[in-house]
Amino acid sequence: MEVEGGNTSANDAVARKIPIQSRRAKVFYQFTQQNLPACKPVLTPSWIVTTFLLMGVIFIPIGLVTLRTSHSVIEIVERYDTECIPEKFRGNKVSYIKDSTILKNCSLYLKVPKHMKAPIYIYYQLDNYYQNHRRYVKSRNDQQLLHGLKSNDTSSCQPEDSSNGLPIVPCGLIAWSLFNDTFKFIRESSELVVNRKNIAWKSDRNHKFGKQVYPFNFQNGTFIGGGSLDPSVPLSDQEDLIVWMRTAALPSFRKMYGRIEEDLDADDVIAVHLMNNYNTYSFGGKKKLVLSTSSWLGGKNDFLGVAYVFVGSSSIIISLVFMLLHVKNPRPYGETAYLSWNR
Amino acid sequence: MKRYIYINDDETSQDLYCANRLSNRKYTLMNFLPKNLWEQFSRFMNQYFLLIACLQLWSLITPVNPASTWGPLIFIFAVSATKEAWDDYNRYLSDKKANEKEVWVVKQGIKKLIQSQDIRVGNIVWLRENDEVPCDLVLIGTSDPQGVCYVETAALDGETDLKTRLIPAACMGMDFELLHKIKGVIECPGPDKDIRRFDGNLRLLPPFIDNDVCPLTIKNTILQSCYLRNTEWACGVAVYTGNETKLGMTRGIPEPKLTAVDAMIDKLTGAIFVFQIVVVIVLGTAGNVWKDTEARKQWYVLYPQEFPWYELLVIPLRFELLCSIMIPISIKVSLDLVKSLYAKFIDWDYEMIDPETDTPSHATNTAISEDLAQVEYILTDKTGTLTENRMIFRRCCIGGIFYGNETGDALKDVGLLNAITSGSPDVIRFLTVMAVCNTVIPAKSKAGAILYKAQSQDEEALVHAAAQLHMVLVNKNASILEIKFNGSVLQYEILETLEFTSDRKRMSVVVKDCHSGNISLLSKGADEAILPYAHAGQQTRTFVEAVEQYSQLGLRTLCLAWREVEEDEYQEWSLMFKEASSTLIDREWRIAEVCQRLEHDLKVLGVTAIEDRLQDGVPETIETLRKAGINFWMLTGDKQNTAIQIALSCNFISPEPKGQLLSIDGKTEDEVCRSLERVLLTMRITTSEPKDVAFVVDGWALEIALKHYRKAFTELAILSRTAICCRVTPSQKAQLVELLKSCDYRTLAIGDGGNDVRMIQKADIGVGISGREGLQAARAADYSIGKFRFLKRLILVHGRYSYNRTAFLSQYSFYKSLLICFIQIFFSFISGLSGTSLFNSVSLMAYNVFYTSIPVLVSTIDKDLSEGTVMQHPQILFYCQAGRLLNPSTFAGWFGRSLFHAIVAFVISIHVYAYEKSEMEEVSMVALSGCIWLQAFVVALETK
Repeated sequence: MEVEGGNTSANDAVARKIPIQSRRAKVFYQFTQQNLPACKPVLTPSWIVTTFLLMGVIFIPIGLVTLRTSHSVIEIVERYDTECIPEKFRGNKVSYIKDSTILKNCSLYLKVPKHMKAPIYIYYQLDNYYQNHRRYVKSRNDQQLLHGLKSNDTSSCQPEDSSNGLPIVPCGLIAWSLFNDTFKFIRESSELVVNRKNIAWKSDRNHKFGKQVYPFNFQNGTFIGGGSLDPSVPLSDQEDLIVWMRTAALPSFRKMYGRIEEDLDADDVIAVHLMNNYNTYSFGGKKKLVLSTSSWLGGKNDFLGVAYVFVGSSSIIISLVFMLLHVKNPRPYGETAYLSWNR
Repeated sequence: MKRYIYINDDETSQDLYCANRLSNRKYTLMNFLPKNLWEQFSRFMNQYFLLIACLQLWSLITPVNPASTWGPLIFIFAVSATKEAWDDYNRYLSDKKANEKEVWVVKQGIKKLIQSQDIRVGNIVWLRENDEVPCDLVLIGTSDPQGVCYVETAALDGETDLKTRLIPAACMGMDFELLHKIKGVIECPGPDKDIRRFDGNLRLLPPFIDNDVCPLTIKNTILQSCYLRNTEWACGVAVYTGNETKLGMTRGIPEPKLTAVDAMIDKLTGAIFVFQIVVVIVLGTAGNVWKDTEARKQWYVLYPQEFPWYELLVIPLRFELLCSIMIPISIKVSLDLVKSLYAKFIDWDYEMIDPETDTPSHATNTAISEDLAQVEYILTDKTGTLTENRMIFRRCCIGGIFYGNETGDALKDVGLLNAITSGSPDVIRFLTVMAVCNTVIPAKSKAGAILYKAQSQDEEALVHAAAQLHMVLVNKNASILEIKFNGSVLQYEILETLEFTSDRKRMSVVVKDCHSGNISLLSKGADEAILPYAHAGQQTRTFVEAVEQYSQLGLRTLCLAWREVEEDEYQEWSLMFKEASSTLIDREWRIAEVCQRLEHDLKVLGVTAIEDRLQDGVPETIETLRKAGINFWMLTGDKQNTAIQIALSCNFISPEPKGQLLSIDGKTEDEVCRSLERVLLTMRITTSEPKDVAFVVDGWALEIALKHYRKAFTELAILSRTAICCRVTPSQKAQLVELLKSCDYRTLAIGDGGNDVRMIQKADIGVGISGREGLQAARAADYSIGKFRFLKRLILVHGRYSYNRTAFLSQYSFYKSLLICFIQIFFSFISGLSGTSLFNSVSLMAYNVFYTSIPVLVSTIDKDLSEGTVMQHPQILFYCQAGRLLNPSTFAGWFGRSLFHAIVAFVISIHVYAYEKSEMEEVSMVALSGCIWLQAFVVALETK
């Protein structure tokens, strides 16, 4: 470290001439003379080697801990979009899903690989679904969600802003395409209780979706999108809608469906009765059901751990390379002969 | 176009020519807004931002709130418009002050006090001593019975000595009353900017005497902004007024200066713009294709089947807006801000305060600090810039005895004082020559002290020194000259004055001692013009030694000599001299020849040494800056010899064995051409040798060279690291600056007088020294400093830091906006190429303003190396000169860095937050904070 202070000898004479009354005046003087004390790390070879080594030493353990935590999370992923189409409709899935007269129930059986500790989170996962499409993302009206019919301007919701000449609450493509598959979980003939409360953000429920706003004129048009809403429940309690309205950033995403608040033992077999209502067939999107426990780091994700280990080990390698170079080829510090005009 | 001016004719002259109203204003109240907006929009950057801002008004395509662009845009425009308005207002105020100054003018035959702006061409203007001349006048009367008046032309050509001006022969002897009623016609050319030429005719109308046409020259005029000195009153006819005066025509409108860094930033901005267009076209096309193939299947997007034609444009335009942040709108604001801070640092610097006058340095132009570090040529004035412009008599050698060698001041030398009191004839003679052989005019001030008015500062110094050595020049009245020596008054009659010319390099007077009636010739001049003409019996070796010794000390030497002239020899010669003086062809040469006949067999008395003190630290400054790779040119209105001497003493050129001085001279085209080619040849040969080769050129040769041999001269200019140009006019100085600029060199012009103003305005950077020649130069300059030596600190410390900081700041600005933009582009690949913005307006704005623009301002107090290191190793400046810190390749580095950082930030935030918590707002916040951390890390790493 090279420290450059505010009192070089050349300035002393001037400094004496100008009486420095207070600390503030002194700081201002130093500022105006561009003479503020500064400290400048000199990147000597040993400094660099130490820094990289230190980085490696810190990062690798962090990575290992993260990896371990991620591995302790147990996750069951089950794709059901093709299985839940009856054999005879396999050739024409779109017409099957669009036919509202058919009851689209379906059963899945999941085997629990390891003991899963409560709470177990239930997600549905959609792939190749562009919730982040610009036309889609913009098609909502936050004012209307909070104030209901009192806010009139729903132009941002186009093309789902009104039907039959009346405004739609909640308007917009996002609400209109609400996910409407439902799941029931049965273990050994007794139904597992799925807690579907508190799956949305508290701030969303309290501040973004109105307590006095009820669905109105929803899914009344000629072209019905996704699920419908109970007109007697205010939006702030329609948690599925709230979760859905938080648009995903990636084209494959998971959204919370609920929580099972019982432990599941290894080798338990769980039957899932689901209503396969939602159309992902027209664009080839996948639908998956996910059961997952959680750790202090959230769900299962090896990436972070791997990244830490990778960065840590590469910085150790770099430090070793530098060290070797320095030992083999030392260069004295501050040697003027190396200046370009002296060579 | 000729103009005919009717003197004192109130009817006809009224509206033919412009009034004497000065106007330096750019705008009027009415045209300010449109003109200023037009000027601002002529910059590419501003057009671009306006286009973006307009596109954002179309809500279908805008990714963010239009206010995020309109706000900063309006702010930027308001700031620069306000600045312009303020500057223009100040110009208006100073014009107003000049215009409303009151002057005496004859109207309807009566002298009236009117405002300067109401002077019309043809009016008779009366001036009193020390008045400033309000417009260009043809002199018609003065208080002096011989029709002479003295003017100081410092503001015009920078020469501080007094010049004599004559009234034309036709007006000679007119009395006070008559001058009020004078009528006549002046015929003169249209306004031009040549301050050395005026060819006119004057014809007085009856009843005023003869009908002859009387020729007028520049000698008969007094020009605007000169001062009337030593003359009680003078009056003249206004011939050019307002902006048509010689000075007004010279003035030229200063162009706004653009620094090399600015130019580079503009270039890089252009490159980024091209890159952006490419990105937009590629992504836009891909987006349209994806829309047609994939998006139609995504039922939840609900694309209509039918769409208007412009739908095809929507996605590309969305990408255009998304990518518009690639060119940061904040760059202009933050650069303006830090640049004004650099300027403040210069103003604040205690080490650049002139200790004598307590004037701090000042940066008038706040926008060009970083150019200081990229200067390649410094063009400097001599008198007052390198020297203090104060001549002092220091040493002398009389009859082989050296005085003043011990003390360095002959005036205090005991030996000399003793010699004077003992009445040594050589010394007395020496002092007499000092006091008599000159053209100095003594004037008594009201307090009784004698003031000397001299055309040449050397003569003034000699007369002053003689006065201090008890030989006081008391009075000069027509041809009688009075000298007081030790209480007794000596009177001399000046019979002839053999004037100084630069060819003869000496001047002599023939005087007759009124007491004894003896006639003698007193001479003084350069050694080579005096010593060879010494009479045969005299040994001149000691004088040669003395001259050499003094020259090495950087003193200006003059040899003094005298001889007695017989009465009949004088009479005979006098006839020849009169004849020569009245010849019309080759007069100068004939006079020189006749003078030669008298100036021989001289008895050399001694050598004087006068010091024009160099300012403190000039040689060191020049040496340091030359080490830093800066080339120096000296442009002076002074004589060649003086210029060379000063150049030698301030390390400008090296003395003989190490350096070589080549001179280009000649009076005709052929001569100049030949010597130019010769010099060029030598120059080409010696470029490989480690030899300091410089060339000297004088004003005449320069004019011919610039006119006819521009190419050769340009080559010479490129080859030569040093040049001395003597006897150059202000406009030639400016031409030389232009020449160097046309070779793509960065030039800095430094000067102190009004004659340097044009050069200062033309150069990339103009530095004015607030010195003795007034403040014109300092006012016109971009920087004003108190002493030449501050230039070192200005360039090496302030210039260098400014350059480094600006280079960092500008590239960093691009880096951080590219960083965020790349993330947006990557995101568009996973959002179906639909042009979704990952970040919302508020966070984008916050990122641009709070997180990036403000913290980075810390870099304005960043110092990579300490001031001392830079001063010790001025070679460090090479980096800045070559633009090593800001050029396409460093920029490519920053570009790559931002791409790499964007990939890292994007991949990490996407993967860490994959699946279950992939809400868009969260991802956007994570990516944003990633960017903030990364750029903060970069700032911390790059600032030292």
